[in-house]
Amino acid sequence: MAIFLDENSRIIVQGMTGSEGMKHTRRMLLGGSNIVGGVNPRKAGEVIDVEGKHLPVFGTVKEAMEATGANVTVIFVPPAFAKAAMVEAIDAEIPLAVAITEGIPVHDSAEAWAYNVAKGQKTRLIGPNCPGIISPEKSNAGITPSDIAGAGPIGLVSKSGTLTYQMMYELRDIGISTAIGIGGDPVIGTTHIDALAAFEADPETKAIVLIGEIGGDSEEKAAAYIKAHVTKPVVAYVAGFTAPEGKTMGHAGAIVSGSAGTAQAKKEAFEACGVKVGKTPSETAALMREVYKSL
Amino acid sequence: MDLFEYQARDLFEAYEVPVLQGLIADTPEEAEAAAAKIGGTVVVKAQVQVGGRGKAGGVKVVHSPAEAKEAASKILGLDIKGHVVKRVMIAQGAAIEKEFYFSILLDRSNRTFLSLCSVEGGMEIEQLAVERPEALAKVPVSALEGINLETALSIAKQGGFDDATAAKVAPVFVKLWNVFKNEDTTLVEVNPLVLTKDGDIVALDGKVSLDDNAEFRHTDREEVSIAKVDPLEAKAKALDLNYVKLDGEVGVIGNGAGLVMSTLDVVAYAGEKHGGVKPANFLDIGGGASAEVMANGLDLILNDPQVKSVFVNVFGGITACDAVANGIVGALNTLGDKATKPLVVRLDGNNVLEGRQILADFAHPLVTVVETMDDAADKAAELAHQA
Repeated sequence: MAIFLDENSRIIVQGMTGSEGMKHTRRMLLGGSNIVGGVNPRKAGEVIDVEGKHLPVFGTVKEAMEATGANVTVIFVPPAFAKAAMVEAIDAEIPLAVAITEGIPVHDSAEAWAYNVAKGQKTRLIGPNCPGIISPEKSNAGITPSDIAGAGPIGLVSKSGTLTYQMMYELRDIGISTAIGIGGDPVIGTTHIDALAAFEADPETKAIVLIGEIGGDSEEKAAAYIKAHVTKPVVAYVAGFTAPEGKTMGHAGAIVSGSAGTAQAKKEAFEACGVKVGKTPSETAALMREVYKSL
Repeated sequence: MDLFEYQARDLFEAYEVPVLQGLIADTPEEAEAAAAKIGGTVVVKAQVQVGGRGKAGGVKVVHSPAEAKEAASKILGLDIKGHVVKRVMIAQGAAIEKEFYFSILLDRSNRTFLSLCSVEGGMEIEQLAVERPEALAKVPVSALEGINLETALSIAKQGGFDDATAAKVAPVFVKLWNVFKNEDTTLVEVNPLVLTKDGDIVALDGKVSLDDNAEFRHTDREEVSIAKVDPLEAKAKALDLNYVKLDGEVGVIGNGAGLVMSTLDVVAYAGEKHGGVKPANFLDIGGGASAEVMANGLDLILNDPQVKSVFVNVFGGITACDAVANGIVGALNTLGDKATKPLVVRLDGNNVLEGRQILADFAHPLVTVVETMDDAADKAAELAHQA
């Protein structure tokens, strides 16, 4: 078991024929993901050879699903076309859509999300502006390197890409059930809480690491959710204690304005709900190791 | 990016939101001419992106061009909470009957937009929200449907407007939604929105924040040049580097916003043991950075006179550690004898062995390779403190 993505995942790539799409299609294939095709309306009908696999290109997500039985799409299309790509995936009712694209206007993300809600959320959207999701040794949908850590009992959910990699690396001796990067944009599909709920229900996941950063109130909500609904041990890390107020630090969402959304407020929210918070990624991993040993 | 008040006013005007005349002035003489052009009572308003300018003496009502000149000479150059006034707006005076509040913003928590509305505007809205939250209506706005006349009327009524006034403000709310959506903003705020003694609705002061991600849809916008920009930040922007200047001694370079933010924290903790040194900057070289990007970043940091040591912290996902190492070698070779600041490098992930080997072969006396992030931060802080 794992959450959202496993050995039965059949993946298509929207924007596969672009440079980023092609690079990561290759990496995902080499990492063992079952990529079954790509989508690009201008190249429909072509077959692209990638790492010895013949990948058909379809005009739409719907056609790709019908022809290949795909149940996951990974979106690499440029920001200006990303909303249309998300809407197309939602219209096709593909169960999982992972939007990697960085720099999407927030109005576009908000409209895509509102559209998904209006359509009854038949599609689980992860991202945008995220590294995607990996269930090591089963499947990888996104840009996370496939070989950082093997399969194991730790569930990981994070706003940040490189901190996801860092934490997987720190915990490679124990192993990861699923690592999901939810993205740091102001409007995202899957939240910390969605991942926590899925990890709680996943028998393979024994403990959870949650990584947050400044901005928004996702961590505060997650803390309250953990207290009320999560029985598995959770260890948290929050980045951005030294970030100055009112400055954007790369992630569109990682901006502190006023007192809400500060790293300190998030840390306090977790601790008030009985969740241990590490000061550094290494200390967080050490806390998790202790927790894991006591299970 | 936040707009100045005069830019918000101009944007409102373009969308037929009722505003009063407003002209900008960068000198007292320009202020005098602007006041003469508008005529009658005018308000000289400091253009700064910070609240509380009225209390700080940044807003003056005057009755003649000569008075406008005198007021502008006092306001220009004024330091308002660290923001030096470089420009004033000369705004037409208004006979105010009543003041209201209206805004539309991104509601991150609920992944939608939100409208805030109150018949009681003018005062500090944060204060109203705390003291009498029932007086400030919070109405969700669908990203798909937006605000039409019907929803605008509903928002106005929830904000406490009587029927007659609601009918007057609702069309303005619709126009403000058009600004919000068509200009890709994350905030449009009017405070105060006023009813004049003549019975007109006017947006007297506005705040607008633009979404930087949507710049590609608005290539016709003018650059905002009067905001205070750090010279290193300007240079970084020209190099397309994601850089924020901070007030410390340890230069930081990393890949990925989350990891770099985390690095700043780890450096600050390490600094507690080494004379209280702090991170000097945020610099994210991004995913898949080339040796050239790395070299540009390092060059930028080494040119910051405040920097005493540099911590390069990379976890190679897409970024390859050998490219990072080659960037370091390239930058130091270019600098030659001008390179004097110690570098602490921590590499992990994609092509880490190749990266470490490149640095081992380079064997530069200023470069120390440390295996873990915490130990590397400690070393960088120690070196900054010793310098």
